[in-house]
Amino acid sequence: MSEEEALPLDDWHRAQGARMVGFAGYLMPIQYDGIIAEHRWTRESAGLFDVSHMGQLLLTGDSADAALETMVPGDIKRLGDGRMRYSLLLNDAGGIIDDLMVARRVDGIYIVVNGATKAGDIAHIEARLPDGVTLTHMTGEALIALQGPKAVDALSRIVPGVDTLYFMQAGGFDFNGVPLWISRSGYTGEDGFEISVPGQTATALAEALFDQPEVKPVGLGARDSLRLEAGLPLYGHDIDEETTPVAADLGFALSKRRREAGDFPGAERILQQREQGAIAKRVGLTLAGRQPVREGAPVLDAMGKAVGKVTSGGFSPSLMAPIAMAYVPVASAEPGSEITIEQRGKLFTATVTPMPFVPHHYHRPPKR
Amino acid sequence: MARYFTEEHEWIDVEGDSATVGITEYAQEQLGDIVFVEVPESGTMLDKGEEAAVVESVKAASEVFSPVSGEVNEGNSALEDEPALVNSSPEEEGWFFRITMTDTSELEGLMDSKAYKAFVDNL
Repeated sequence: MSEEEALPLDDWHRAQGARMVGFAGYLMPIQYDGIIAEHRWTRESAGLFDVSHMGQLLLTGDSADAALETMVPGDIKRLGDGRMRYSLLLNDAGGIIDDLMVARRVDGIYIVVNGATKAGDIAHIEARLPDGVTLTHMTGEALIALQGPKAVDALSRIVPGVDTLYFMQAGGFDFNGVPLWISRSGYTGEDGFEISVPGQTATALAEALFDQPEVKPVGLGARDSLRLEAGLPLYGHDIDEETTPVAADLGFALSKRRREAGDFPGAERILQQREQGAIAKRVGLTLAGRQPVREGAPVLDAMGKAVGKVTSGGFSPSLMAPIAMAYVPVASAEPGSEITIEQRGKLFTATVTPMPFVPHHYHRPPKR
Repeated sequence: MARYFTEEHEWIDVEGDSATVGITEYAQEQLGDIVFVEVPESGTMLDKGEEAAVVESVKAASEVFSPVSGEVNEGNSALEDEPALVNSSPEEEGWFFRITMTDTSELEGLMDSKAYKAFVDNL
Protein backbone atom coordinates (compact mmCIF):
# COMPACT_ATOMS: atom_id res chain seq x y z
CA MET A 1 0.00 0.00 0.00
CA SER A 2 1.35 3.41 -0.90
CA GLU A 3 1.39 6.43 1.38
CA GLU A 4 -1.99 7.58 2.63
CA GLU A 5 -3.38 10.64 0.97
CA ALA A 6 -4.40 13.78 2.88
CA LEU A 7 -7.96 15.04 2.36
CA PRO A 8 -8.96 18.74 2.12
CA LEU A 9 -9.76 19.04 5.85
CA ASP A 10 -6.49 17.44 7.03
CA ASP A 11 -5.03 20.62 8.57
CA TRP A 12 -8.35 21.51 10.17
CA HIS A 13 -8.62 18.09 11.87
CA ARG A 14 -5.09 18.40 13.27
CA ALA A 15 -5.86 21.89 14.58
CA GLN A 16 -8.85 20.38 16.42
CA GLY A 17 -6.59 17.84 18.11
CA ALA A 18 -7.60 14.83 16.03
CA ARG A 19 -5.67 11.59 16.11
CA MET A 20 -5.19 10.71 12.45
CA VAL A 21 -5.05 7.13 11.15
CA GLY A 22 -4.82 5.49 7.76
CA PHE A 23 -8.21 4.37 6.46
CA ALA A 24 -9.21 3.39 2.90
CA GLY A 25 -5.98 4.94 1.62
CA TYR A 26 -6.52 8.28 3.34
CA LEU A 27 -5.47 9.94 6.56
CA MET A 28 -8.65 10.25 8.58
CA PRO A 29 -9.52 11.48 12.09
CA ILE A 30 -10.27 8.50 14.34
CA GLN A 31 -11.09 10.62 17.39
CA TYR A 32 -10.79 14.06 19.01
CA ASP A 33 -12.04 14.13 22.63
CA GLY A 34 -12.76 10.42 22.90
CA ILE A 35 -15.19 8.04 21.24
CA ILE A 36 -17.78 7.94 24.04
CA ALA A 37 -17.92 11.75 24.44
CA GLU A 38 -18.15 12.27 20.67
CA HIS A 39 -20.78 9.55 20.33
CA ARG A 40 -22.99 11.09 23.00
CA TRP A 41 -22.52 14.59 21.61
CA THR A 42 -23.86 13.35 18.26
CA ARG A 43 -26.91 11.75 19.92
CA GLU A 44 -27.65 14.91 21.91
CA SER A 45 -26.48 17.80 19.73
CA ALA A 46 -24.64 17.75 16.38
CA GLY A 47 -21.47 15.98 15.25
CA LEU A 48 -19.41 17.08 12.25
CA PHE A 49 -17.91 14.15 10.32
CA ASP A 50 -15.44 14.33 7.46
CA VAL A 51 -16.34 11.53 5.07
CA SER A 52 -14.43 12.87 2.10
CA HIS A 53 -12.83 9.45 1.59
CA MET A 54 -16.12 8.25 0.15
CA GLY A 55 -16.54 8.23 -3.61
CA GLN A 56 -18.88 10.77 -5.18
CA LEU A 57 -19.88 9.79 -8.70
CA LEU A 58 -22.09 11.40 -11.29
CA LEU A 59 -23.72 9.45 -14.11
CA THR A 60 -24.74 11.65 -17.01
CA GLY A 61 -26.55 10.94 -20.24
CA ASP A 62 -30.19 10.40 -21.16
CA SER A 63 -30.37 6.79 -20.00
CA ALA A 64 -28.14 7.10 -16.91
CA ASP A 65 -30.93 5.85 -14.66
CA ALA A 66 -31.67 2.84 -16.87
CA ALA A 67 -27.96 2.04 -17.08
CA LEU A 68 -27.60 2.04 -13.29
CA GLU A 69 -30.66 -0.19 -12.96
CA THR A 70 -28.81 -2.98 -14.77
CA MET A 71 -26.41 -3.12 -11.79
CA VAL A 72 -28.65 -2.49 -8.75
CA PRO A 73 -32.04 -3.80 -7.54
CA GLY A 74 -33.54 -0.37 -6.78
CA ASP A 75 -36.08 1.62 -8.78
CA ILE A 76 -33.90 4.40 -10.16
CA LYS A 77 -35.98 5.35 -13.21
CA ARG A 78 -38.84 6.52 -11.01
CA LEU A 79 -36.62 8.29 -8.53
CA GLY A 80 -37.88 11.87 -8.55
CA ASP A 81 -35.76 15.01 -8.71
CA GLY A 82 -34.06 15.60 -5.37
CA ARG A 83 -35.01 12.15 -4.08
CA MET A 84 -32.48 9.72 -2.70
CA ARG A 85 -32.46 5.95 -2.25
CA TYR A 86 -30.21 3.36 -0.59
CA SER A 87 -29.18 0.70 -3.05
CA LEU A 88 -26.73 -2.14 -3.63
CA LEU A 89 -24.25 -2.84 -6.40
CA LEU A 90 -24.74 -6.57 -7.03
CA ASN A 91 -22.66 -9.21 -8.78
CA ASP A 92 -24.23 -11.87 -11.01
CA ALA A 93 -24.56 -14.24 -8.06
CA GLY A 94 -26.51 -11.64 -6.08
CA GLY A 95 -23.56 -10.87 -3.79
CA ILE A 96 -23.06 -7.30 -2.66
CA ILE A 97 -20.19 -5.45 -4.37
CA ASP A 98 -20.98 -2.29 -2.42
CA ASP A 99 -23.81 -0.41 -0.79
CA LEU A 100 -24.49 3.09 -2.01
CA MET A 101 -26.74 6.12 -1.99
CA VAL A 102 -28.34 7.24 -5.25
CA ALA A 103 -29.99 10.63 -5.86
CA ARG A 104 -31.43 12.29 -8.93
CA ARG A 105 -30.02 15.73 -9.66
CA VAL A 106 -30.72 18.08 -12.54
CA ASP A 107 -27.30 17.24 -14.01
CA GLY A 108 -27.43 13.47 -13.56
CA ILE A 109 -27.60 10.55 -11.18
CA TYR A 110 -25.44 11.26 -8.13
CA ILE A 111 -24.00 8.24 -6.29
CA VAL A 112 -22.04 8.01 -3.05
CA VAL A 113 -20.01 4.81 -2.59
CA ASN A 114 -17.68 3.55 0.13
CA GLY A 115 -14.11 4.80 0.21
CA ALA A 116 -12.42 1.41 0.39
CA THR A 117 -14.39 0.06 -2.57
CA LYS A 118 -14.66 3.07 -4.85
CA ALA A 119 -11.92 2.12 -7.33
CA GLY A 120 -13.49 -1.30 -7.89
CA ASP A 121 -16.99 0.19 -8.09
CA ILE A 122 -15.93 2.68 -10.75
CA ALA A 123 -14.32 -0.06 -12.85
CA HIS A 124 -17.39 -2.25 -12.43
CA ILE A 125 -19.85 0.50 -13.40
CA GLU A 126 -17.80 1.89 -16.31
CA ALA A 127 -17.48 -1.58 -17.84
CA ARG A 128 -21.28 -1.82 -17.94
CA LEU A 129 -22.25 1.64 -19.18
CA PRO A 130 -23.79 1.93 -22.63
CA ASP A 131 -22.65 4.52 -25.16
CA GLY A 132 -23.97 7.92 -24.24
CA VAL A 133 -23.73 7.48 -20.46
CA THR A 134 -20.65 8.83 -18.73
CA LEU A 135 -19.33 8.33 -15.21
CA THR A 136 -17.52 11.24 -13.57
CA HIS A 137 -15.59 10.64 -10.33
CA MET A 138 -16.02 13.96 -8.52
CA THR A 139 -12.56 13.96 -6.98
CA GLY A 140 -12.65 17.70 -6.36
CA GLU A 141 -15.53 17.45 -3.92
CA ALA A 142 -15.25 16.92 -0.17
CA LEU A 143 -18.11 15.32 1.80
CA ILE A 144 -19.08 16.52 5.26
CA ALA A 145 -21.81 14.97 7.40
CA LEU A 146 -23.57 16.89 10.15
CA GLN A 147 -25.52 14.48 12.34
CA GLY A 148 -27.68 14.83 15.42
CA PRO A 149 -30.92 16.37 16.68
CA LYS A 150 -29.51 19.91 16.51
CA ALA A 151 -27.87 19.53 13.09
CA VAL A 152 -30.82 21.26 11.44
CA ASP A 153 -30.52 24.29 13.75
CA ALA A 154 -26.81 24.69 13.12
CA LEU A 155 -26.88 24.14 9.37
CA SER A 156 -29.96 26.32 8.77
CA ARG A 157 -28.10 29.32 10.17
CA ILE A 158 -25.35 28.92 7.59
CA VAL A 159 -27.33 27.49 4.69
CA PRO A 160 -30.91 28.80 4.85
CA GLY A 161 -33.55 26.46 3.50
CA VAL A 162 -32.07 23.08 4.40
CA ASP A 163 -34.81 22.64 7.02
CA THR A 164 -37.33 22.17 4.18
CA LEU A 165 -35.72 18.83 3.25
CA TYR A 166 -37.15 15.61 4.65
CA PHE A 167 -35.23 12.38 5.24
CA MET A 168 -33.83 11.03 1.95
CA GLN A 169 -34.42 14.27 0.08
CA ALA A 170 -31.66 16.39 -1.40
CA GLY A 171 -31.07 19.59 -3.28
CA GLY A 172 -28.68 22.28 -4.40
CA PHE A 173 -27.90 25.09 -1.92
CA ASP A 174 -25.58 28.05 -1.68
CA PHE A 175 -22.79 28.85 0.78
CA ASN A 176 -21.24 32.30 0.19
CA GLY A 177 -21.74 31.87 -3.54
CA VAL A 178 -20.38 28.31 -3.60
CA PRO A 179 -22.80 25.59 -4.73
CA LEU A 180 -23.44 22.77 -2.28
CA TRP A 181 -25.34 19.52 -2.79
CA ILE A 182 -27.04 18.62 0.48
CA SER A 183 -29.07 15.55 1.38
CA ARG A 184 -30.99 14.89 4.59
CA SER A 185 -29.41 11.54 5.35
CA GLY A 186 -26.58 9.94 7.28
CA TYR A 187 -25.07 6.92 8.95
CA THR A 188 -25.86 7.48 12.63
CA GLY A 189 -29.62 6.90 12.93
CA GLU A 190 -30.07 10.57 13.82
CA ASP A 191 -31.54 13.39 11.79
CA GLY A 192 -28.83 15.13 9.86
CA PHE A 193 -27.27 16.09 6.55
CA GLU A 194 -24.55 15.07 4.14
CA ILE A 195 -22.97 17.98 2.33
CA SER A 196 -21.01 17.75 -0.89
CA VAL A 197 -18.72 20.79 -1.07
CA PRO A 198 -15.90 21.78 -3.41
CA GLY A 199 -12.61 20.76 -1.75
CA GLN A 200 -11.24 24.31 -1.67
CA THR A 201 -14.32 25.46 0.30
CA ALA A 202 -14.41 22.52 2.73
CA THR A 203 -12.36 24.21 5.45
CA ALA A 204 -14.44 27.40 5.33
CA LEU A 205 -17.61 25.33 5.64
CA ALA A 206 -16.19 23.23 8.49
CA GLU A 207 -15.17 26.45 10.29
CA ALA A 208 -18.61 27.98 9.81
CA LEU A 209 -20.25 24.83 11.18
CA PHE A 210 -17.80 24.57 14.07
CA ASP A 211 -18.61 28.18 15.01
CA GLN A 212 -22.15 27.04 15.83
CA PRO A 213 -22.52 26.15 19.53
CA GLU A 214 -24.27 22.85 18.71
CA VAL A 215 -21.36 21.46 16.68
CA LYS A 216 -18.27 19.44 17.62
CA PRO A 217 -16.09 17.33 15.33
CA VAL A 218 -16.57 13.57 15.57
CA GLY A 219 -14.15 10.93 14.32
CA LEU A 220 -14.39 7.56 12.63
CA GLY A 221 -14.40 5.74 15.97
CA ALA A 222 -17.73 7.21 17.05
CA ARG A 223 -19.05 6.97 13.49
CA ASP A 224 -18.66 3.21 13.84
CA SER A 225 -20.29 2.96 17.29
CA LEU A 226 -23.16 5.20 16.14
CA ARG A 227 -23.91 3.19 13.01
CA LEU A 228 -23.70 -0.07 14.98
CA GLU A 229 -26.32 1.20 17.46
CA ALA A 230 -28.43 2.28 14.47
CA GLY A 231 -28.24 -1.25 13.05
CA LEU A 232 -26.65 -0.04 9.81
CA PRO A 233 -24.28 -2.48 8.09
CA LEU A 234 -20.67 -1.60 7.32
CA TYR A 235 -19.43 -2.76 3.95
CA GLY A 236 -16.53 -5.23 4.07
CA HIS A 237 -17.64 -6.35 7.53
CA ASP A 238 -21.40 -6.96 7.74
CA ILE A 239 -21.94 -7.23 4.01
CA ASP A 240 -19.68 -8.31 1.15
CA GLU A 241 -19.70 -10.27 -2.11
CA GLU A 242 -20.54 -13.46 -0.19
CA THR A 243 -23.70 -12.00 1.31
CA THR A 244 -26.96 -11.36 -0.54
CA PRO A 245 -29.50 -8.61 0.22
CA VAL A 246 -31.84 -11.21 1.75
CA ALA A 247 -29.21 -12.75 4.04
CA ALA A 248 -28.09 -9.24 5.00
CA ASP A 249 -31.71 -8.34 5.90
CA LEU A 250 -31.66 -5.51 3.37
CA GLY A 251 -34.77 -6.65 1.52
CA PHE A 252 -36.11 -3.08 1.57
CA ALA A 253 -33.49 -2.24 -1.07
CA LEU A 254 -35.27 -4.56 -3.54
CA SER A 255 -37.80 -2.21 -5.14
CA LYS A 256 -41.20 -3.69 -5.97
CA ARG A 257 -41.05 -2.94 -9.69
CA ARG A 258 -37.61 -4.52 -9.94
CA ARG A 259 -38.66 -7.61 -7.99
CA GLU A 260 -41.63 -8.10 -10.27
CA ALA A 261 -39.46 -7.68 -13.36
CA GLY A 262 -36.66 -9.81 -11.87
CA ASP A 263 -34.21 -7.85 -13.99
CA PHE A 264 -31.27 -7.13 -11.67
CA PRO A 265 -28.03 -9.09 -11.22
CA GLY A 266 -28.53 -12.27 -9.22
CA ALA A 267 -32.32 -11.81 -9.31
CA GLU A 268 -33.06 -15.52 -9.60
CA ARG A 269 -31.11 -16.44 -6.49
CA ILE A 270 -32.18 -13.38 -4.51
CA LEU A 271 -35.89 -13.77 -5.29
CA GLN A 272 -35.73 -17.46 -4.43
CA GLN A 273 -34.12 -16.60 -1.08
CA ARG A 274 -36.77 -13.97 -0.54
CA GLU A 275 -39.46 -16.66 -0.87
CA GLN A 276 -37.72 -19.53 0.88
CA GLY A 277 -35.29 -17.72 3.18
CA ALA A 278 -31.52 -17.62 3.14
CA ILE A 279 -29.50 -20.15 5.14
CA ALA A 280 -28.15 -17.49 7.48
CA LYS A 281 -29.32 -14.01 8.32
CA ARG A 282 -27.78 -10.83 9.70
CA VAL A 283 -29.19 -10.12 13.16
CA GLY A 284 -28.53 -7.83 16.09
CA LEU A 285 -27.19 -9.25 19.36
CA THR A 286 -27.15 -7.98 22.90
CA LEU A 287 -24.95 -9.50 25.60
CA ALA A 288 -25.07 -9.56 29.37
CA GLY A 289 -22.19 -8.01 31.29
CA ARG A 290 -19.80 -5.50 29.79
CA GLN A 291 -17.37 -7.45 27.63
CA PRO A 292 -17.90 -6.97 23.89
CA VAL A 293 -17.60 -9.75 21.32
CA ARG A 294 -15.68 -8.68 18.25
CA GLU A 295 -15.75 -9.17 14.51
CA GLY A 296 -14.73 -12.71 13.54
CA ALA A 297 -15.85 -14.48 16.72
CA PRO A 298 -17.66 -17.70 15.70
CA VAL A 299 -21.29 -18.45 16.51
CA LEU A 300 -21.51 -22.05 17.81
CA ASP A 301 -24.34 -24.56 17.68
CA ALA A 302 -25.20 -26.92 20.54
CA MET A 303 -22.47 -29.32 19.40
CA GLY A 304 -19.84 -26.58 19.44
CA LYS A 305 -19.66 -26.35 15.66
CA ALA A 306 -19.25 -22.93 14.05
CA VAL A 307 -22.48 -22.04 12.24
CA GLY A 308 -22.06 -18.28 11.89
CA LYS A 309 -19.91 -15.38 12.93
CA VAL A 310 -19.90 -11.94 14.45
CA THR A 311 -19.38 -9.28 11.77
CA SER A 312 -19.36 -6.16 13.97
CA GLY A 313 -19.11 -5.98 17.72
CA GLY A 314 -18.46 -3.27 20.21
CA PHE A 315 -19.64 -1.38 23.22
CA SER A 316 -22.72 0.81 22.92
CA PRO A 317 -22.08 4.17 24.60
CA SER A 318 -25.84 4.87 24.64
CA LEU A 319 -26.83 1.57 26.25
CA MET A 320 -23.56 1.12 28.19
CA ALA A 321 -23.63 -2.52 27.12
CA PRO A 322 -22.06 -4.69 24.45
CA ILE A 323 -23.89 -5.02 21.12
CA ALA A 324 -23.05 -6.84 17.92
CA MET A 325 -24.18 -7.90 14.48
CA ALA A 326 -23.77 -11.51 13.40
CA TYR A 327 -24.86 -13.99 10.79
CA VAL A 328 -26.76 -16.82 12.46
CA PRO A 329 -28.73 -19.77 11.05
CA VAL A 330 -32.28 -18.73 10.19
CA ALA A 331 -33.64 -21.07 12.87
CA SER A 332 -31.85 -18.92 15.49
CA ALA A 333 -32.62 -15.56 13.92
CA GLU A 334 -35.90 -14.80 15.71
CA PRO A 335 -35.73 -12.03 18.33
CA GLY A 336 -35.24 -13.56 21.75
CA SER A 337 -33.25 -16.55 20.48
CA GLU A 338 -30.17 -17.24 22.57
CA ILE A 339 -26.98 -18.07 20.75
CA THR A 340 -23.46 -19.00 21.85
CA ILE A 341 -20.35 -17.15 20.75
CA GLU A 342 -16.75 -18.14 21.37
CA GLN A 343 -14.00 -15.61 21.87
CA ARG A 344 -10.51 -16.35 23.18
CA GLY A 345 -11.67 -19.73 24.46
CA LYS A 346 -14.49 -18.17 26.46
CA LEU A 347 -18.20 -18.77 25.72
CA PHE A 348 -20.67 -15.89 25.64
CA THR A 349 -24.47 -16.09 25.53
CA ALA A 350 -26.03 -13.48 23.28
CA THR A 351 -29.69 -12.70 22.64
CA VAL A 352 -31.01 -11.92 19.18
CA THR A 353 -32.41 -8.38 19.40
CA PRO A 354 -34.32 -6.33 16.82
CA MET A 355 -32.33 -3.51 15.28
CA PRO A 356 -31.87 -0.60 15.57
CA PHE A 357 -30.54 -0.97 19.10
CA VAL A 358 -31.19 2.75 19.59
CA PRO A 359 -34.29 4.19 17.84
CA HIS A 360 -33.81 6.13 14.62
CA HIS A 361 -34.76 9.80 14.69
CA TYR A 362 -35.18 10.59 11.03
CA HIS A 363 -37.06 13.68 9.89
CA ARG A 364 -39.74 12.01 7.81
CA PRO A 365 -42.55 13.75 5.95
CA PRO A 366 -45.85 13.88 7.86
CA LYS A 367 -48.18 10.98 7.09
CA ARG A 368 -51.07 11.96 4.89
CA MET B 1 10.11 0.90 45.75
CA ALA B 2 11.24 0.93 42.13
CA ARG B 3 9.10 1.32 39.03
CA TYR B 4 10.03 -0.31 35.73
CA PHE B 5 8.42 -0.21 32.29
CA THR B 6 8.07 -2.59 29.35
CA GLU B 7 8.05 -1.88 25.62
CA GLU B 8 4.43 -3.12 25.67
CA HIS B 9 3.57 -0.13 27.90
CA GLU B 10 3.09 -1.93 31.19
CA TRP B 11 4.49 -0.54 34.42
CA ILE B 12 5.61 -2.68 37.36
CA ASP B 13 6.22 -1.44 40.90
CA VAL B 14 8.63 -3.70 42.76
CA GLU B 15 9.22 -4.16 46.48
CA GLY B 16 11.29 -7.21 47.32
CA ASP B 17 9.68 -10.09 45.43
CA SER B 18 6.24 -8.42 45.37
CA ALA B 19 5.11 -6.38 42.40
CA THR B 20 2.09 -4.45 41.14
CA VAL B 21 1.39 -4.27 37.40
CA GLY B 22 -0.65 -1.84 35.31
CA ILE B 23 -0.61 -0.05 31.97
CA THR B 24 0.94 3.34 31.38
CA GLU B 25 -0.58 6.76 30.73
CA TYR B 26 0.60 6.42 27.12
CA ALA B 27 -1.16 3.05 26.77
CA GLN B 28 -4.49 4.27 28.12
CA GLU B 29 -4.33 7.30 25.86
CA GLN B 30 -3.76 5.07 22.83
CA LEU B 31 -6.57 2.70 23.79
CA GLY B 32 -9.13 5.44 24.38
CA ASP B 33 -12.30 4.88 26.40
CA ILE B 34 -11.92 1.60 28.28
CA VAL B 35 -15.19 -0.27 28.82
CA PHE B 36 -14.11 -3.65 30.19
CA VAL B 37 -11.09 -5.13 31.97
CA GLU B 38 -10.53 -8.78 32.80
CA VAL B 39 -7.84 -9.23 35.44
CA PRO B 40 -6.24 -12.54 36.49
CA GLU B 41 -7.59 -14.41 39.51
CA SER B 42 -5.44 -14.84 42.57
CA GLY B 43 -3.47 -18.05 42.42
CA THR B 44 -2.93 -17.80 38.66
CA MET B 45 0.64 -18.76 37.69
CA LEU B 46 2.01 -16.49 34.98
CA ASP B 47 5.15 -16.75 32.88
CA LYS B 48 6.98 -13.62 31.80
CA GLY B 49 5.37 -12.42 28.56
CA GLU B 50 2.23 -14.48 29.08
CA GLU B 51 -1.19 -12.91 28.54
CA ALA B 52 -2.36 -11.80 31.97
CA ALA B 53 -5.33 -9.53 31.35
CA VAL B 54 -7.63 -8.28 28.61
CA VAL B 55 -8.57 -4.64 28.22
CA GLU B 56 -11.40 -3.64 25.89
CA SER B 57 -11.98 -0.17 24.52
CA VAL B 58 -15.10 0.83 22.57
CA LYS B 59 -13.36 -0.21 19.41
CA ALA B 60 -10.92 -3.03 20.13
CA ALA B 61 -9.57 -5.62 22.55
CA SER B 62 -5.94 -5.64 23.71
CA GLU B 63 -3.92 -8.04 25.83
CA VAL B 64 -1.84 -7.11 28.82
CA PHE B 65 1.24 -9.30 29.23
CA SER B 66 2.90 -10.12 32.50
CA PRO B 67 6.32 -8.43 32.64
CA VAL B 68 7.58 -11.10 35.09
CA SER B 69 6.91 -14.70 36.12
CA GLY B 70 5.13 -15.49 39.36
CA GLU B 71 1.88 -16.13 41.18
CA VAL B 72 -0.95 -13.61 41.14
CA ASN B 73 -1.98 -12.50 44.64
CA GLU B 74 -4.81 -10.22 43.67
CA GLY B 75 -6.55 -8.75 40.65
CA ASN B 76 -7.92 -5.22 40.97
CA SER B 77 -11.63 -5.90 41.51
CA ALA B 78 -12.42 -2.17 41.32
CA LEU B 79 -11.91 -2.40 37.55
CA GLU B 80 -14.90 -4.73 37.18
CA ASP B 81 -17.35 -1.98 38.10
CA GLU B 82 -15.27 0.96 36.96
CA PRO B 83 -13.03 0.05 34.02
CA ALA B 84 -12.67 3.76 33.24
CA LEU B 85 -10.31 3.97 36.25
CA VAL B 86 -7.67 2.80 33.79
CA ASN B 87 -8.28 5.99 31.80
CA SER B 88 -8.49 8.36 34.75
CA SER B 89 -5.71 6.89 36.91
CA PRO B 90 -3.71 4.34 34.91
CA GLU B 91 -0.60 4.42 37.03
CA GLU B 92 -2.28 4.40 40.46
CA GLU B 93 -5.92 3.37 41.13
CA GLY B 94 -6.17 1.65 37.74
CA TRP B 95 -3.57 -1.05 38.55
CA PHE B 96 -4.31 -4.51 37.13
CA PHE B 97 -2.81 -7.17 39.43
CA ARG B 98 -0.32 -7.90 42.20
CA ILE B 99 2.12 -10.75 41.74
CA THR B 100 4.78 -12.58 43.78
CA MET B 101 7.79 -12.89 41.49
CA THR B 102 9.63 -16.17 41.11
CA ASP B 103 12.69 -14.69 39.40
CA THR B 104 13.60 -11.07 40.17
CA SER B 105 16.42 -11.22 37.60
CA GLU B 106 13.68 -10.89 34.96
CA LEU B 107 13.52 -7.19 35.89
CA GLU B 108 16.94 -6.62 34.40
CA GLY B 109 15.80 -6.05 30.83
CA LEU B 110 13.09 -3.51 31.78
CA MET B 111 13.30 0.28 31.44
CA ASP B 112 13.35 2.87 34.21
CA SER B 113 11.07 5.92 33.89
CA LYS B 114 13.68 7.99 32.08
CA ALA B 115 14.38 5.27 29.53
CA TYR B 116 10.64 4.67 29.05
CA LYS B 117 9.99 8.36 28.48
CA ALA B 118 12.69 8.40 25.80
CA PHE B 119 11.17 5.23 24.29
CA VAL B 120 7.69 6.81 24.09
CA ASP B 121 9.05 10.11 22.71
CA ASN B 122 10.54 8.12 19.82
CA LEU B 123 7.26 6.40 18.89
